[in-house]
Amino acid sequence: MTGPDEERTAAEAGVVAERPSDAGGSAAREAEMFQGGRRRRGGEQTVVPEAEIESYYGRPVLKPPVWEWKIAAYLFCGGLAAGSSVVAAGADLTGRAALRRSARLGSLGGLLASLYFLVTDLGRPARFHHMLRVLKPTSPMSVGTWLLSAYGPGAGAAAVAELVPRRWRRTWPARLLQRLARPAGLGAAATAPGVASYTAVLLSHTAVPAWNEVRDELPFVFAGSAAASGGGLGMVTAPVAEAGGARGFAAAGAATELLASRIMEHRLGLVGEVYRTGHVARLRRASEVLTAAGLVGTLTVARRGRAGAAASGLALLAGSALQRFGVFEAGVESTKDPRYVVIPQRG
Amino acid sequence: MSNRWSGPLHDVAADAGHVDPPPRVGFFTDTSVCIGCKACEVACKEWNAVPEDGLDLLGMSFDNTGALGADSWRHVAFIEQPRRLGHQETGFAGLPTGPSGIPETAVAVEPRLREAPRGGAELGTSPLPGRTEPQALGMPGFDRPGDATGAESRTDFRWLMASDVCKHCTHAGCLDVCPTGALFRTEFGTVVVQQDICNGCGYCVSGCPYGVIDRREGDGRAQKCTLCYDRLSGGLEPACAKACPTDSIQFGELDELRERAARRVEQLHGLGVPEARLYGHDPNDGVGGDGAFFLLLDEPEVYGLPPNPVVPTRDAAAMWKRAGLAAAAFAVAGVAAFLGEGRR
Repeated sequence: MTGPDEERTAAEAGVVAERPSDAGGSAAREAEMFQGGRRRRGGEQTVVPEAEIESYYGRPVLKPPVWEWKIAAYLFCGGLAAGSSVVAAGADLTGRAALRRSARLGSLGGLLASLYFLVTDLGRPARFHHMLRVLKPTSPMSVGTWLLSAYGPGAGAAAVAELVPRRWRRTWPARLLQRLARPAGLGAAATAPGVASYTAVLLSHTAVPAWNEVRDELPFVFAGSAAASGGGLGMVTAPVAEAGGARGFAAAGAATELLASRIMEHRLGLVGEVYRTGHVARLRRASEVLTAAGLVGTLTVARRGRAGAAASGLALLAGSALQRFGVFEAGVESTKDPRYVVIPQRG
Repeated sequence: MSNRWSGPLHDVAADAGHVDPPPRVGFFTDTSVCIGCKACEVACKEWNAVPEDGLDLLGMSFDNTGALGADSWRHVAFIEQPRRLGHQETGFAGLPTGPSGIPETAVAVEPRLREAPRGGAELGTSPLPGRTEPQALGMPGFDRPGDATGAESRTDFRWLMASDVCKHCTHAGCLDVCPTGALFRTEFGTVVVQQDICNGCGYCVSGCPYGVIDRREGDGRAQKCTLCYDRLSGGLEPACAKACPTDSIQFGELDELRERAARRVEQLHGLGVPEARLYGHDPNDGVGGDGAFFLLLDEPEVYGLPPNPVVPTRDAAAMWKRAGLAAAAFAVAGVAAFLGEGRR
């Protein structure tokens, strides 16, 4: 901008006040607008002082994401798969067969659901393999594609080894598979931390204000959420005596998720509004309550009985899923109002 | 490395791997001479066979295109303001003419935009949801403008018209995040989607800090201005620039356009238009400068442009570092959880 900043009143600039509180417009308010009156948005409580901006008829500056709910569902399923792979590897190495089996199956289920959501959300699903043409470090989606490609075969092989029917176990392919299961599972667990945390960069590496501005905390929110869901699934599906490792992993994840999520929300400036209001706030409150309850349950009742463990695990799973939907929807909302783009950039 | 992901970059085509590329080309859109005729929109649609996306009225101004998108690669914005342009004599002082009708239309349109499925980012012009009963927009009026409000509310006025287009950024957010390589840097330094590669993942839509690129309904692929790549290859200027009757849209080598634009701003300042300023010309801005830049007569946001856009890739290294930390914590938590358990 080379032009001088001129002193202008709102009237001269033809200010479009943000967010009219009703669609109609009383005569008084219209008269106020003629004089460039500064209207305040009623109702919602905000920490940041209201700022008046000029906009092009209130139209958004950015395009809202074209991604549907499937991407939020993918964020959850991918995290669940990654968390389960870590639990499966731990159970395998410490000789907990039931936990190992359910966690391996959980990781395969999460992976298959992830692939379904990712492919069907494409504009041209038949071209999904075009993702494999290149590896681009500037594209988190490309990095993630290759991370999943590295993770998937190991997680798949380990899970399939659990599914071999008893009467085939003595055949040579089954024996080979059994022998491969441990290295495959450990390989999956080695790439799982990447799978669990790259999705945060996937969202933050965009111009979407509510995703880009949480780039410091979101990896911890998502990694914690993945651990909570992976551990939670182990608590639901394995006997209490075997699920100690799953409980520890889930508790660490849930605590991290709760803390990082709180810090994220409170550090945000203007765009924090989208996290604190409307249906996004409801999703996030529900997530927080479920995750907190699941954490308390994990540390108390989940040690004592199967019912308590299952309830705590389910609460953690639901909390993790709602966390992903909450963050996803916050981003979509933040693109629809030009204020969230213009005001922070005016700084 | 930092120079390649953000900041000034002189030869974008060579940086992208082109050997001995031609000079970088672009647009200088001088909005001070735009007359809002929309010949650019029409020429673009015709040449590039961009489909029709609705023929209704938006109910907000003479602009019935609304925004750039998959089916509008040029968009002429129209803004009416109650102030004077330079020394221009509006002649309203002696006439019973009241204020601009724009605030009224904005009040009527804005809540409907909020309720639209994509928050008003959709192009076009299908009826907006919201109230169903008729609502007065102040036009057409049967009274003379200003009759009801009296002489004290008479104002000057000016019309701002600006033809917006893809900025063909030096550091293009859309290109950086494209996971298939469908978006690429041409030898001319422009950014183009290869339609036979794009699989419609939609990442570019959220990667663009200007809200330009979008996925086409029913087609599923990302679409935006190609700066007429086919015409450039044949030695022709892009269709919009060719059709522009006032040379508001100027096509040429970027270095020369920047010099020309700087002279034009100086000239306008001398003519009493101190609000004239360039937008997107600076290689030190958040996207490394635009291949298509503008001369504006008001703040960028008035035209629906972001005031200080930044390519998300600028922070890529920092983001991956944080993700790496989180991944390490995730792995440590997994190991620690089972270490204490002992072998069964």
